[in-house]
Amino acid sequence: MVKEVERAGIPVVHICTVVPISLTVGANRIVPAIAIPHPLGNPALDANEEKNLRRKIVMKSLEALTTEVDGQTVFE
Amino acid sequence: MSKKRVVHYINQFFAGIGGEEKADIKPEIREGVVGPGMALNAAMKEEAEIVATVICGDSYFNENVEEAKAAIIEMIKGYNPDLFIAGPAFNAGRYGVACGTIGKAVADELQIPVLSGMYIENPGADMFKKSIYIVQTGDSAATMRKAVPDMSALALKMLRGEEIGSPEADKYISRGIRRNYFAQDRGSKRAVDMLLKKLKGEEFVTEYPMPDFDRVEPNPAVKDLTKSKIALVTSGGIVPKNNPDRIESSSASKYGEYDISGFNDLTEADHETAHGGYDPVYANIDPDRVLPVDVLRDLEKEGAIGELYKYFYTTVGNGTSVANSKAFAADFAKKLKADGVDAVILTST
Repeated sequence: MVKEVERAGIPVVHICTVVPISLTVGANRIVPAIAIPHPLGNPALDANEEKNLRRKIVMKSLEALTTEVDGQTVFE
Repeated sequence: MSKKRVVHYINQFFAGIGGEEKADIKPEIREGVVGPGMALNAAMKEEAEIVATVICGDSYFNENVEEAKAAIIEMIKGYNPDLFIAGPAFNAGRYGVACGTIGKAVADELQIPVLSGMYIENPGADMFKKSIYIVQTGDSAATMRKAVPDMSALALKMLRGEEIGSPEADKYISRGIRRNYFAQDRGSKRAVDMLLKKLKGEEFVTEYPMPDFDRVEPNPAVKDLTKSKIALVTSGGIVPKNNPDRIESSSASKYGEYDISGFNDLTEADHETAHGGYDPVYANIDPDRVLPVDVLRDLEKEGAIGELYKYFYTTVGNGTSVANSKAFAADFAKKLKADGVDAVILTST
């Protein structure tokens, strides 16, 4: 799906837990996530901390979208 | 010479028991052939016969893998087979995964040769092509007439203990095994021959095919986020509560388009996940953990992004074929483009 969005001419960032799969599939802008059942969260944190964590990952993905890349790039 | 003994595995559909509504039936074994076994039996003629057929519902198998595997192995043991054939499953995802899973289990535990048949994009093919021989079939049961001779030919080779040839020669999906052999000509001559053919525009076959990754070049970056329309997409199966379009929990055949313009935050009360490939507890309690609507809404209010696009697009990535995923995204990407979406955040579990 990432590739088809990219192919349509829309820049796309893939937030995913299993980065090697994203690399194999061919995403160009990749942001690593937390865990498979909660990629943008962590139930061990309290609600505020968890939302901050989610915000950090989303900010990272926005940074990826505004960064020119030359091939596959993982935004750690 | 006595006939070799074969046990055959098929699903509820090919057994003529029923479709999805019967996909939860537990495994059973019947004497002799059932369904597609008839054609396989006929093709193996005097050399081998199907002595028993295992039938199991696709959902039952995939949801109760360990129990199903153990029960089926016990059933098969009693028939003392020389070969086990599963399928063909064509492009049926759960059936393919079941064929591969039970095939590998039989090979490991009963130490007998095993054979299945699948379409190249069946997730079961990718998962099990290294473990067992999977004859490459067409994508639907309409290609049974081609699948049967290919599968029975390889089955007979295995039963006779003959050496299995290359994937091309014996029509199975490459297992990634390299075998040394003595070529007629040395490498340098073969390479020059290939080059000459290429220069003449003639057909030639590479000795080392490059994997086909189908790369897409990255698009230019977003210039100004504060003026951008951002869309959310996920393969994590987030859907409105009760999954109104019944997106399948695995091997999805469709995607959903849902309006989030009225939501500042996704909650247990209004959204959930349809995904059957991960523990849904965390995503069901707070769907923002998969689809971060709350944060993007905040960023929209703060002016950090121009706008969060009105709809999100979602499917279940669990066992969904590459072809389906491509088709889904090609379809909704057109709508995104038409609606002037500037960038997409796609989340995966």
